[in-house]
Amino acid sequence: MGLATEPAITAPRPPASSQRENFPVLDQRVHGKPLVYLDNAATTQKPQMVLDAMNQFYQVDNSNIHRGVHELSERSTRHYEEARVKIQHFLNAADWREIIFVRGATEGINLVAYTYGRRHIQSGDEIVISAMEHHSNIVPWQILCEEKQAILRIAPINQRGELLLDEFEKLLGPRTKLVSVVHVSNALGTINPVAEIARMAHRHGAPVFIDGAQAVAHMKVDVQQLDCDFYALSGHKMFGPTGIGVLYGKAALLNKMPPYQGGGDMISSVTFAKTTYNELPYKFEAGTPNIAGTIGLGAAVDYINEIGLDRIETYEHELLAYGTAQLERIPGLRLIGTAREKASVLSFVLVGVHPHDVGTILDREGVAVRTGHHCAQPVLEWFGVPATTRASLAFYNTKQDIDALVAGIYKVKEIFA
Amino acid sequence: MLEDLYQEVIIDHSRRPRNFHHMPDATRNVEGYNPLCGDKLKLFVKLDGDTVQDISFVGAGCAISTASASLMTETVKGKSRQEAVQMMERFHDLLTTAKPASAGLGKLAVFSGVREFPARVKCATLAWHTLKSALTDAAETVSTE
Repeated sequence: MGLATEPAITAPRPPASSQRENFPVLDQRVHGKPLVYLDNAATTQKPQMVLDAMNQFYQVDNSNIHRGVHELSERSTRHYEEARVKIQHFLNAADWREIIFVRGATEGINLVAYTYGRRHIQSGDEIVISAMEHHSNIVPWQILCEEKQAILRIAPINQRGELLLDEFEKLLGPRTKLVSVVHVSNALGTINPVAEIARMAHRHGAPVFIDGAQAVAHMKVDVQQLDCDFYALSGHKMFGPTGIGVLYGKAALLNKMPPYQGGGDMISSVTFAKTTYNELPYKFEAGTPNIAGTIGLGAAVDYINEIGLDRIETYEHELLAYGTAQLERIPGLRLIGTAREKASVLSFVLVGVHPHDVGTILDREGVAVRTGHHCAQPVLEWFGVPATTRASLAFYNTKQDIDALVAGIYKVKEIFA
Repeated sequence: MLEDLYQEVIIDHSRRPRNFHHMPDATRNVEGYNPLCGDKLKLFVKLDGDTVQDISFVGAGCAISTASASLMTETVKGKSRQEAVQMMERFHDLLTTAKPASAGLGKLAVFSGVREFPARVKCATLAWHTLKSALTDAAETVSTE
């Protein structure tokens, strides 16, 4: 990394100087210090626009969707379906029917494991994931493999935390029935070459699932360009509410999959003799969905589009470079995850101090970070650390936030001196 | 206050934990695990009748959990099972009640500052939960969850 040796790293400017004002939660003091929120990989804050959209729904439009003939139900249905189209364009999916609303990326993965997986994975088949997966992209496949006597294969990574593409390709073969990898690692920040991964998997006839939970708030995602078969995201990690997420799937695959849950809205007709399932996407949306959350997510997409993902990406890249350079100057600090292609995550360990103590002391300085294994125990084990301290960025973070983090780390060193 | 949490005694015991070693001839050994932060410790107890004749631990954890385990081993060595369990109850009180009676806790009183940091109570109690299990023939692995 040449960053630390370059003397003048200019302070990047936020995409719009007023963006922070749109996030009411950022304007507060914690333990008497101004809040510095650096836990965006856990969840992002919500702009006023998203809060307003959800309030508007409950205060003015609240009604169930797809069933009432009355005005309110028509409004709710329209706003709900508009959100679907916004997501379709956001991901550049070919068709709105390929956008399925779920609770979050975790449910998206489970949906595919339970439906596609149960139907198509047989004894002796193989599922390939990477060594840097979040538990949510490990455990559903383990459950499936256990049930089907299938085999989970793990593609290795290097010391920087980059996937070894050659090794990954060697794991692919006639028995590979599914590949599932993370787009951006939550623990390391590594951006995986998912288009290349999809090409390799497709050469062996295996569909590809991409866990995009950590990607969509930071970079433009085009599912057609990536040519992935499934893509999952969580609304709350892209400035939307919790409890809403999206599963994208190619229509051809989704049509071949059995339903996930049975109930209202997912049927065309029901008799006690036979039930006919509804068409996409409703086949996978049983029961009254999270309507307010979906509308909030739609507003979050509008908000991101207003700023522009290209500007967000450029700004965050500069901020990450600045943060990396500042942290690398701190004696005894080791960054975990130094991939050449990296986004928004500064994960580190401090010699002689446990991350949990680092987190407590930073909190008292107003700096919110995550400490622990980040639901990615296997990858931390690979790096030989039980836990890290993780600062994760969003576009509303500034150079001053990084400086506060650095000052907090020096406070930690002082207490443990 | 941070200074109340990270008192000198705690920092000292976290850096140089006492009774920090394996014990091949232990009568009981039990693992404690805090899945929230990944803290893990293994506790060794040598019982002589009803008395904790010797006690030691190994493992990796934060300053609070390491210091707590270290001070616990110093405190309960030579005590009876019943005394050790009583000590645990008093220690738990110290961390969780508003006006605890810290009498009889001796050095353990340095953990009173943990009360102001609810997220860290589990760190301080991990070793004690593990000890309780070791003294009462419960599970082999203790979780604070």
